Amino acid sequence: MARALINAPAKVKRGEVIEIKTLISHIMETGFRPDSTGKPVPRDIITEFICKYNGEEIFRAELFPAIAANPFLTFFTVADETGTLNFEWSGDNGFTATQSVNITVE
Amino acid sequence: MTRDDGKLQRTRRRFLAETAALAGAAGIALPLAVEQTSATPESMRAAIKNIVGEAPLNKGKVKLDVPALIENGNAVPLTVSCESPMTQDDHVKAIHVFTEKNPQPNVIGARLGPRAGRASFSTRIRLADTQKIVAVAQMSDGSFWTDEVEVVVTLAACLEGS
Repeated sequence: MARALINAPAKVKRGEVIEIKTLISHIMETGFRPDSTGKPVPRDIITEFICKYNGEEIFRAELFPAIAANPFLTFFTVADETGTLNFEWSGDNGFTATQSVNITVE
Repeated sequence: MTRDDGKLQRTRRRFLAETAALAGAAGIALPLAVEQTSATPESMRAAIKNIVGEAPLNKGKVKLDVPALIENGNAVPLTVSCESPMTQDDHVKAIHVFTEKNPQPNVIGARLGPRAGRASFSTRIRLADTQKIVAVAQMSDGSFWTDEVEVVVTLAACLEGS
């Protein structure tokens, strides 16, 4: 299981725009790099990232080989209710990873 | 030691000599090989057209933030932000980023909605060469806005396996 790190405020005021930072460990092999024998190393990347806030999708990104290794993504959302942020990464060779954090709205 | 090592050294020496001899040829062959796997301004335009279709592409509203001089193309911080109130009626639906000379023109395609609050995201990208980067934002009213930045890359993201 890939290591995923999430940075989001745990307690926020209602209606506040918060920044969410995500980082996941992944080599993001481009498929364009030759190995020592000259053959290209097969592509192995994360192709999709989805963030859901209490089940509702708030951010989605389609990733290409041009994304650096250990994909880092930050984005924003409006904190309007206490609940859970779910993060989901999926990619080549059946790669999937999930992570979630709780958020308290006052 | 000795006998096997001697053999090994000889082959290593021969290998080095051959490599040196080939370097001239490789100088011609390599750019060709790279060119095959590189996007071009045309393929970038095609990739943009895939998203935009026939709709007009306006300059403004969206801002692409990348350092102008990049030392290491393997992880380049990139931020795209867009002027928008992010309400149900007027928000940014998607932001796409393209490059001219990476192996593929597409870099990232992000989908947002009114729940985002602020139309902005950051990531780290790879850049294979000194080139132009283009961001295209799609608004909820169907209009497209764009911004482009020229960047200079001193150390390219690895393509040759180095």
